[in-house]
Amino acid sequence: MSESPTPLLRAEGLVKTHHGEGAPARAVRGVDLSVVRGEFVAVTGPSGAGKSTLLHLLGGLQRPDGGSLWLDGERTDAYTEARWAVERRKRIGIVFQFFNLVSNLSVADNVELPALLAGVPPRQARAEREELLSELGLAGKERSLPGELSGGEQQRVALARALVNHPPLLLADEPAGSLDSKGTREVMRLLSRFHQRGQTIVLVTHDARLASAADRVISFFDGRIVDDAELDGTPPRRTGISGVLELKD
Amino acid sequence: MRLPLLALLARGPAHGYELKQDLEQLLGSAYPQPNVGQIYVTLGRLEKSGLIEGEEVEQSSRPNKKIYHLTDAGREALRAWFEEPEDEPRVRDEFFMKLALAPQTGLADQIALINKQRRQYLNTMRNLSKLAAAEDRDNRIAHLLIEGAMLHLQADLDWLERCQEELEELE
Repeated sequence: MSESPTPLLRAEGLVKTHHGEGAPARAVRGVDLSVVRGEFVAVTGPSGAGKSTLLHLLGGLQRPDGGSLWLDGERTDAYTEARWAVERRKRIGIVFQFFNLVSNLSVADNVELPALLAGVPPRQARAEREELLSELGLAGKERSLPGELSGGEQQRVALARALVNHPPLLLADEPAGSLDSKGTREVMRLLSRFHQRGQTIVLVTHDARLASAADRVISFFDGRIVDDAELDGTPPRRTGISGVLELKD
Repeated sequence: MRLPLLALLARGPAHGYELKQDLEQLLGSAYPQPNVGQIYVTLGRLEKSGLIEGEEVEQSSRPNKKIYHLTDAGREALRAWFEEPEDEPRVRDEFFMKLALAPQTGLADQIALINKQRRQYLNTMRNLSKLAAAEDRDNRIAHLLIEGAMLHLQADLDWLERCQEELEELE
């Protein structure tokens, strides 16, 4: 038996408590998690369950109060803010619910910026940007400002920005949370496409339709993992899918 | 199946196999393929109740085929169909009964039941996503059917989440 490969992402005993006004909120209460290369994992649960906090911990946007995190086998406990910033440019791409694009930069500049910051030569950054934008159906929008685009288009720009440096890990925090049904389908289609090409994805969503694009779904309640299910897509027993679709007699 | 067949015949006369093909084309591959035998049986019943009339047409090299057309009574039945709103979908009562009764039996854990049910729904949701991806993008009716099924499942999953929130607090 060969040893199992080093997980791209591993968390052990992660804990995070928010100290705001009122009682402390225990957002993440001891989470163990392992994600291997090529996996597409969705974390679902009600709002307020702490799933966004979990994602922020995984991307180094917040630091845990307890527990440890490994990126590709490397322990991150001692990472500084500056080191995390570098990781988020090179090894971790992130998309957010509200896109977080730089509003006074053009679409092209929003996508190229992280490449330039990572030291990619301008010519190559431009080539990467052109390829991604055309792949995402945004050719011709390069000079637009984010505010001139629809929500779905802005999220596609954000996806291009997150992927421009080919990070091994893509984190997505409610990427369809502010999109309509059509935009949701679009995001779902794109995530599936990148996943099929081998992109490792951790997606946080309360939308089961989006979650069902993943091949593993983690149910998150009250700061803890309550279920961790591989979706194998095997047709369920009995009526199953055709029963769901069958119109009445 | 009765009223959809009547509705297809409202356009003009057709034979059984044509109706099967029309239905498939309209609803896409997502919809479980109607069984041609079932269609002939339904057409027979519709004819008996006077909602359609069939006419034998001779074919040179094959057995006769029967071409059906809508009668006035059939058109009236269709009007009445469109007139009436449909019943609401029902909560999955069998699962609800399991959930409600599990603690008294000592045979099943409520949270485990919820988790199992969620996996089932998520797998079905995944299959629906695959169907949607495989379906012709221009077939709006087929996509609406799949989306409707997904939204129902989404509601069921939301409700499971509520059950879990409530019942975990009790533990």
